[in-house]
Amino acid sequence: MPRTIYIMWLRELKKFSRSRSRIVGALGQPILFLLALGYGLGSVFQAAGQGSYIQFLVPGVVGMAIIFTSIFNGMQIIWDRQFGFLKETLVAPVSRVAIMLGRTLGGATVATVQGCIVFALTLALGFHPYSWVLIVPAILIMFLMASLFSAFGLTVATFVSDMQGFQLVMNFLVMPMFFLSGALFPLANIPLLLRILATVDPLSYGVDGMRALLIDTPHFGIAADVTILLAITTLLLAIGSFVFSRLQV
Amino acid sequence: MPNIIEVKDLKKSFGRFEAVKGISFSVAQGTTFGFLGPNGAGKSTTVKMLTTLLRPTSGTILIDGHDPATEPDAVRHAFGIVFQDPSLDEDLTAWENMELHGVLYGVPRGTRRARIDELLAFVELDDRRNNYVREFSGGMKRRLEIARGLLHHPKIIFLDEPTLGLDPQTRNHMWEYLGRLNEREGITVFFTTHYMDEADRNADTIAIIDHGAIIASGTGEDLKRQTRKESLEDAFLELTGCDIREEGASGLEHLRMMRRARGR
Repeated sequence: MPRTIYIMWLRELKKFSRSRSRIVGALGQPILFLLALGYGLGSVFQAAGQGSYIQFLVPGVVGMAIIFTSIFNGMQIIWDRQFGFLKETLVAPVSRVAIMLGRTLGGATVATVQGCIVFALTLALGFHPYSWVLIVPAILIMFLMASLFSAFGLTVATFVSDMQGFQLVMNFLVMPMFFLSGALFPLANIPLLLRILATVDPLSYGVDGMRALLIDTPHFGIAADVTILLAITTLLLAIGSFVFSRLQV
Repeated sequence: MPNIIEVKDLKKSFGRFEAVKGISFSVAQGTTFGFLGPNGAGKSTTVKMLTTLLRPTSGTILIDGHDPATEPDAVRHAFGIVFQDPSLDEDLTAWENMELHGVLYGVPRGTRRARIDELLAFVELDDRRNNYVREFSGGMKRRLEIARGLLHHPKIIFLDEPTLGLDPQTRNHMWEYLGRLNEREGITVFFTTHYMDEADRNADTIAIIDHGAIIASGTGEDLKRQTRKESLEDAFLELTGCDIREEGASGLEHLRMMRRARGR
């Protein structure tokens, strides 16, 4: 089991490190959001008495990089299905759970690296965390979020057999999860419906956890964030392992 | 010789459509077995059931004494497979594809590395070991897949239309490899094909499946004698008729597509 997890993890890392265009491409969107919204709305945000919008937005755009990279990576299983590699793993004498775990951890590692690259860029653009030491646990939060969304992407992708389905998932699941989380706006004093949606959105807790550690302005609190992220990740891994073990080609 | 593949009354239905209607056959250890039939006859469905990719509706299968339904991993260790469509990871090198396979099949590191070298030389790809698979031609990919399928010392190799889309040179080369393997390692070869001359030349025994049932079996000579035809191709056409099977094939393909993502 450990060797299966390892080799599937290694495969994700190799594939990621070989697609430089993907790494660079995935940087564009978060940085664009940071610059356009951060500077564009910064004065309005400040005037409303909320402090620096750039500071507030950085955990949000790091979360954005992570959710997009990890779900995209999880959904690579659609490519594997189309290009046949999935069958190679399905006839191998190893547990499907190990394959699922290896892929999830690989996707999570890749997404965490991507999140760290975005974070490093925001530091260069003037972001200053309130404590340098707390960057380490913040990276752990990133990894937890990345595991959650990798497992989510993999699970969803087992139900999808083509690229149209992938677009559907991106537009109707991933985009709402991003926009309805607290990535772009504070969760205090928002309309009830939006608050409910943000509360059931796992990304809200990841972004909130990073905010607690990086700029010390939590909404739910770090303990709640970690507990909920851990619970959802475990649940998704269980569901994902189940659907993956039922997969036939 | 003991039978390494034993199939009894095997059935598979997709909804109301019966793709395989209770077939029985056996393959003796160390022989080459050709499994023939028109498009949509149930060939690939049968191969998928034999190789643990699809659960049968009913019937029994024994592969090297193990049932794919109850002991899938024992069965998976016993065979290697070359699928109809390539199943390599194109973003990895030839060597990395082999290594990944070896690790998944639990081949110990020392044996694995030596076997990879040996097999890459065997299929004449040792000088391309560090090239990405996406740079390979169709024939090279097929050769690499054969090498990969043999890495864990399987007792049976399944080849689902292994020569589809290959030129005659590459095809002959491939059969030469397989013949040598059969001799050297005593491996049982199970293949499907649409090229009748290929089946006649290479198979010790042949079974012909049509509309989900086995309609004839025996050696190539047996089939020709039975139908009083000169060639296996004529015998095949005599047995299966001249209708083109596109309708059936696409109907089944459609069902497969709907079923593909989900379980049973």
